[in-house]
This record gives sequence, structure tokens and C-alpha cells, in this order.
Amino acid sequence: MSDMDMNRRNFLKTSVGAAAVAIAPGMMLYSVAQGKSEGASSKVRWGMLIDTNQCKPGCNDCVTACNNENGLSSETKSTDSQWIRKIEIKDISSGREISLPMMCQHCEHPPCVDVCPTNASMKRADGIVLVDKHLCIGCRYCMMACPYKARSFVHEPLHDQNPDVPRGKGTVESCTLCVHRIDVGGKPACSEACPNKAIVFGDLNDENSEIAQKVRSVASVQVRADLRLNPGVRYQGL
Amino acid sequence: MSSSTPKLAALHFKNRLYWLLLVVGGMVAAAGMYAVHMMESQGHIITGMNNQIVWGMPHVFAIFLIVAASGVLNVASIGSVFGKAIYKARAPLASLLSIAMISGGLTVLMLDLGRPDRIIVAATNYNLTSVFAWNVLLYSGMVGLVVVYLWTMMERRMNPYNKAAGIGVFVWRFVLTTGTGLIFAFLTARQAYGSALLPPMFIVLSFAWGMAVFHLVQTSIYMWNVKEIDPSILSRKKHLLGVFVLGSLYMVATYHFTNAYFAHQQGFERFILVDGGIYPSLFWWGYFLLGNIVPLVLLYAPGIQRDRWTALAALLIILGGFALLYVFIIGGQAWPLNLFPGYEVTSTFADGQISAYSPSIYEFLLGLAGLSIAFLITTVSVRVLNFMPQDKPYIAD
Repeated sequence: MSDMDMNRRNFLKTSVGAAAVAIAPGMMLYSVAQGKSEGASSKVRWGMLIDTNQCKPGCNDCVTACNNENGLSSETKSTDSQWIRKIEIKDISSGREISLPMMCQHCEHPPCVDVCPTNASMKRADGIVLVDKHLCIGCRYCMMACPYKARSFVHEPLHDQNPDVPRGKGTVESCTLCVHRIDVGGKPACSEACPNKAIVFGDLNDENSEIAQKVRSVASVQVRADLRLNPGVRYQGL
Repeated sequence: MSSSTPKLAALHFKNRLYWLLLVVGGMVAAAGMYAVHMMESQGHIITGMNNQIVWGMPHVFAIFLIVAASGVLNVASIGSVFGKAIYKARAPLASLLSIAMISGGLTVLMLDLGRPDRIIVAATNYNLTSVFAWNVLLYSGMVGLVVVYLWTMMERRMNPYNKAAGIGVFVWRFVLTTGTGLIFAFLTARQAYGSALLPPMFIVLSFAWGMAVFHLVQTSIYMWNVKEIDPSILSRKKHLLGVFVLGSLYMVATYHFTNAYFAHQQGFERFILVDGGIYPSLFWWGYFLLGNIVPLVLLYAPGIQRDRWTALAALLIILGGFALLYVFIIGGQAWPLNLFPGYEVTSTFADGQISAYSPSIYEFLLGLAGLSIAFLITTVSVRVLNFMPQDKPYIAD
């Protein structure tokens, strides 16, 4: 009888121990994945200043870095996602050529957020425009509304995703400004990868930041400024 | 007895034909569901849609059905709101067609979503600034309102409420088609869209398309029942259809004329109307000639008063509507966004290029499923309930 009790006790002990061992890493990972516990602050306005004079035609380092960071395929078929792309432009009257990266411009008044029926397209308090992958129903209205053609629709099943950057077949996605890096104090992969430091990232609201000082001192423009969307991405040398 | 045998045989034949129609309609709908299954499991990669042409053939079908569903109610409104007896006799059939087409159109729209399994999210998470979100209410509200309207017509005790319900439907469908036009009118950056002219244009187009659908269905029902429509009634409705076609042509012409006047829109207009390949062809041959000029000749030329010519005109107006929507929806997206005015633009993401699109069989199957759902709802309802227009021998309006 007592033998049986002992066995039962041992069994319970072992079970509880095994359960603890099984759950603990999950709990640890959960707390890691949570990142910072406080929400984004509206005192911050994240943005980028892109110096087109420093952006070399043919250089694709920012695109490659983005693809690696976010687990994109790097292919450029019409159905493949491209969160950032290089655009070569040539002034029709003068023939002047400029190369620049184009991505989600993280507008203050984003049309994608206005048109999204389910609030999946949203703007964080710190100005980053994102898609909630759990709410997106894949209607693609945001892609119709975006003036910068910044968004891609996931046309195929996905494999080997980056755990920090969840994506989903049948939903829309775009540049997140590498929000998973920003939230732990880092900066976007494209900005880090640019060999000429042409992409300056920072807080536009912090007057001591490099980006705010540069925006004050050099001439920069917003693409399609006529639409009055006040993008967080600005271009120098256009 | 011997004289009734051929009649009996004809009835048997018709009965079989009815079931055959249901089976064919059901098979088309089933093929559409197969297409949805494939799109669900493999992704939209199997369609012709891509990151440049994000709305494709399913949207052409869906928007036609939804716009026509609103326009077909004209027949009901003229009856209930303006009190014209021959239209009032047709209001139940018009209401049925409206419910049938909106059901077909919405089915296509919902099943084309990237995540149709999340459709409940569209009902639980509501963005008040989104026209799509408004339309969720407008479309479902419309079905509800038309059901009530039908009830006030078909249930004698509810007759006193018929006028009120008719006015409700009349107002609601204007708002609904405005909402459909606004989907495009609110797109600020695309040259084909972003015009306040679009909601009224869609409303007038809905008159023509809805009336054409009504005519076609009415002719079929009369033929099925071996009845002939009173020539005076046919003539009045023919003229109304003609006026609607002219009105919609005027709206489409105004839209293109205003575009052509603005220097920054001329490249786009040239593309759509002159050198854009399939789009100008569809516009001029499909929409303008076959969808407007030929039907107008069929409706107004003296000497051709037969109802089958009117039915042919209605069919051509419908096909012209599909051609126009293809040009408007697909052509409008094929023209590149103008990010850098005054610059030549190239990139890996089709910036500055005309985008290519060739619809896949799956898109057609889904679109046709929408049509077949509308067809099935109509066919079954007309068979089991009394939707046949009952004209009085003498009509005094």
C-alpha cells in the first residue's frame, strides 16, 4: 500500500517537474518576444532622410539587407513582395539622373489606414505605419490607395519566416521601418546597410537628433508632397 | 384528351428543362467554389492578379452585379415612389433580381479576399473612415430593406407600408451606388480614379445596366410562360432603357472629356482611349459601339419593334457594361502611379511601366459563380413564388 503511495508521489513529482521544464522555455521566449512592455510614444516621430546624392545607381545593398532582415525571397516577379526598391529617375527636360530607394513613407495621414475596412492598417503613436496580420482580410484596398505603391500582397504560401517578422499568405504587407529593431533600440536594416550612409534614421521630433538637425539645415522634400500626407521619409537632392 | 397531350408533353419538357437549368447553374457555382478552394490553398499566385493589378476579373463581375442590383430597383421605385402601375406590377420581380444580384456580387467579392475565412473580422472590426466598411452595412442593409419591401408587396396586410418601404429602398440604393462609386472616387493618387464624378456616373450606369438585366429576365419569363408582353408596355420600357443608355454615355463621356482637358491627365486618357492595346479596343468596340450605339439603334430604329430585338439590345448593354468595367478597373490600375512628375522612372517593381494582366481561368470561374448564384436565386424564386408581372387590362397612369 505504502509502496503504491510512494509511486504515486514520485509520479506526481516527476510530472510537475517535467511540466515545468516543458513550459519554462516557452515562458522565457514569451517574455523575450514581448519586447518592451510600454507602448509606442506619441512624443516620437520616427522618420528617415535619404540623401539621393549619396545613393549610387546600381547599388542594391539596402534592398538586400531588407530582404535578409525580413525573410523576403529577393525575387522580383510581379507577384513577389518588395518592401523596398531602388528607383532610377531621369529628368525628362534636363537628363539629370537620380537613384533612390522607395518604401512605405510612413505618412502622418496614411490613405492605407483611412481605407482599411478592419483597422488592420494602422499607424502607431510613434508614426510607424503597420499591418496587423491578424486583422488583415486581404481585400487589397490599401494597395489601391497607397500613392507610393509601397505595399505587397502575399500571393504564395510562405516558408522559413523570420520569427521577429511574422507574415501571412493572403495578407498585405510593407516596410515596417524594422519596428522589431527600433523597439529594442536599433535602426532599420536598410539604413544600417547603406555603404554611403545615405539613409539617416531617427526621431524627427527630437531636435538634437541627427535627422532633425539635418532636416533643419539641408533642403529636403517629401515625394508627392502635393497630396499633403506628410510622410516621415524625406529626400535630399531631388 | 388528344388535344391536351402535346400540352402535357410540353409541360414535361419544361419541367425537365427547369431542373437542367438548375443543374447547370449549380455546376457553374460548384466550379467557382473549386476555384476558391484552389486560390485558398495555393494563394492568389494562380490568378492573373499581382502587386500592380491588385483587383482583377472577379471585381469586374462583382461590381457589375452590385451596380446592376441597385439599378434594377428603378423599376420598383418608379412603381412605388412615382406610382406608375405598369412598374408597380414589376416591382416584386425587380426586388428579387436585386437581392439575387447583390448576393452573387457579394459572394464574389468575399471569396476573392486573401483571407475569406476572416470575413467575420470585417463585421467585428469596423473602421469608420473606410468606404469598404460603410459598404458592408450598405450592402447587407439593402438586402434587408428589399426583403421588407417585398413583404409589403406580397403580404396583403403589409400593403399600407409599401410606399414607405419603397421610398426607403429608393433612398438606400442611391446611397449604396454612391458608396460603390466612392470606392474609386476616394483613391487620391490614381489618375483613373479620384474624381467626384464617379459616384453619379455609377448611379446612371446602374440605371442602364439594371434596366437591361430586368428586360432580359422579363423577356425570358414571358417566353417561358408563352405570354406576350403588351406592346405599349414594351415600348415605354424600351424608351426608358434608351434614355438610361444615353444618360450613362453622357456621364462616361464627361468623365473622359474632363480628364482629357487636364494636361496632367492626358497621358492616361491617351492610354485608355487611343494606344493602350486592349483597353481602347474594349472601350470603343465593346463599350461604345456594341454596348451603346448598336443597342440604341435596336431600341429606336423605326420598323424593328419586336421584343427579341429589345432583348438583344439589353444583352449588348450588359456586355458593354462588362467591357467598360474592365477598362475602368483593370486599365485604371495598369497605368502607373505618377510618383515623380516630369521624370522617366524605372525600377524592379514596375514603376513607370504599363502593368500587364491576363486573367486566369480561376478568376473567370469565380466571377461566373457569382452570375450563377444570381441566376439560381432568380430561377428558383420565380418558379416557387409569384413574381410574374400581373398587368391590368387597362392602365391609366
